[in-house]
Amino acid sequence: MAFSLTSEQSAELEQIVARYPVKQAACIPLLHLCQRANGNWISDEVILFVAEQLNLSPSHVTGVVSFYSLLNEKPPGKHQVWVCRTLSCALRGSEAILKHCEKRLGIKSGETTSDGNVTLRTAECLASCGSAPMLQIDEKYHENLTVERLDTLLESLRSEPKGTP
Amino acid sequence: MLNRTDLIIKSQDRTDGQSISEYIAAGGYGAAEKAFSMPREAVVNEVKAAHIRGRGGAGFDCGIKWGFMPQPGARPHYLVVNADEGEPGTFKDRKIMEQNPHLLIEGCIIGCYAIGAHACYIYVRHELHLAKERLWTAIEQAKDKGYLGKHPFGKSYPVDIWVHTGAGAYICGEETALLNSLEGKRGEPRLKPPFPAQAGAFDCPTSVNNVETVAAVTLALRSGGDAFSRMSLLHEFNDGGVRLFGVSGHVKRPGIYEAAVGLTLRELIYDLGGGILDDRPMIGVIPGGSSCPILLPSEIVDVPGDRRFEPFNGKSVLDLPMGVDTFRSIGTMLGTCCAIVLSDAADPVLACRNLMQFYKHESCGQCTPCREGCGWLDRLLEKIVAGTATMNELNLASEVASNIAGNTICAFGDGAAGPMLAFVQKFRASFEDYIQSGGSKQTRRLAL
Repeated sequence: MAFSLTSEQSAELEQIVARYPVKQAACIPLLHLCQRANGNWISDEVILFVAEQLNLSPSHVTGVVSFYSLLNEKPPGKHQVWVCRTLSCALRGSEAILKHCEKRLGIKSGETTSDGNVTLRTAECLASCGSAPMLQIDEKYHENLTVERLDTLLESLRSEPKGTP
Repeated sequence: MLNRTDLIIKSQDRTDGQSISEYIAAGGYGAAEKAFSMPREAVVNEVKAAHIRGRGGAGFDCGIKWGFMPQPGARPHYLVVNADEGEPGTFKDRKIMEQNPHLLIEGCIIGCYAIGAHACYIYVRHELHLAKERLWTAIEQAKDKGYLGKHPFGKSYPVDIWVHTGAGAYICGEETALLNSLEGKRGEPRLKPPFPAQAGAFDCPTSVNNVETVAAVTLALRSGGDAFSRMSLLHEFNDGGVRLFGVSGHVKRPGIYEAAVGLTLRELIYDLGGGILDDRPMIGVIPGGSSCPILLPSEIVDVPGDRRFEPFNGKSVLDLPMGVDTFRSIGTMLGTCCAIVLSDAADPVLACRNLMQFYKHESCGQCTPCREGCGWLDRLLEKIVAGTATMNELNLASEVASNIAGNTICAFGDGAAGPMLAFVQKFRASFEDYIQSGGSKQTRRLAL
């Protein structure tokens, strides 16, 4: 099925394109917009849509998507969790944080829970070194983590039981 | 000398950030108004007098960089602010954007005027959602006040600022990779020349400056360039003003601290950072982001033939004022001025491995020595840590690193090779222990 944006999202697209002297510059912001509108991933349909909107070749857009780690080439879980693993966080215990996430979620880093609720990944330095260890859940940073706080955070991500509205 | 200031982050502990009314009440946007009443060249001269060394890591003088911009002509000029903060250990720009965004926005307005640009893009890494939100809000507020738009401060010199976002790639912090990314391409660094001042964003004259550098421009115009420079203890080294110092890792009070340029590592780690966790001994410190070769506390300053170093020669490197040129002279770099501290609980081999995993992951793959070399280093370190490497392979690691350095389009290769070589050279016994006994004498952990 062809990908399309709502009229509100189309208005945002127009605003984005207007910021730049050339349309191509809107490529990454537009990919972000479409990714949000498409369940957090870039399908072939999204690539064709972006290429058409910006007069680019689909191969150019594919090249851009494959370059950047935050443009998902596969659908991730409903929530995305990134545990920072780089040195400053590692010195403050990020390895234990990651292991605890893996244990609690029952998956390895890079995997998605079987209910499709959470994707767990490691991240390279998230510029939060003074408040390590930390992780990012969707768009929010959680800093100065302890295992206890981590449990509360992971608990809050559990999918709602079936039958709730 | 420890000389704390609060010019950049007045709102240090304000998680809600500084509002525009508070900012204006404290003299905010006065510097931009002043700049708009001066000739363009005079603004550049003030910035030159301030000796603002690039805060993004390379340490290039901001005023000199702006002086490279051609006279405004037929082609538009662009100011691009590098807010793609991602150098491991570095977390200072985020603080400015989240807590004092107007200081940056004011600097962008001044910068546009100084280099003949009417458009500024702030390239923020995608993960920094709060920073982006605060910047967009600040831009709207500044527009409402008439500081931005068609007639800033009543002058017919239009200025527009937009936030642009990346999509997760450390290499986009390299200025030409950032420009490619801004143009909607893969973030691969460009060959130089041409330099951005000749052909940057959209093939037009462009200056790319770090967030903190642009914020410092506001302060320089506010106090006067020379007065700003003289706040530094390294004014004599043309390294002026105040800056943010970060400290992370095994210290009691990790964080961002603002002080006059010329603070020492000892002051940063022990006075501001509160000393080492559990009062353990420190085995090393990476002075300014992971690409800067690690320093041992036992290293001594020895820079003959330069009278400016006379007071420091023979002292520990921990007592050398932190400056771009002072640190270059002792075989490392000041980088982003955010130190990572390792106590004796940290295994230096594992620390090296952690960083090389980073470089392997983030190499853009454009240049063979870096793409293959970083992968090779990672695999060799994996073997070393597993206790299955030979002494020849340890030497090979240094050889591979040496063959990356200087053989790539951008500085990423050197940024990976430098720390690798320094770790092996300075912690040789620990690496050899892994080869001989699987690291039986090492802590084999990073966290306490």
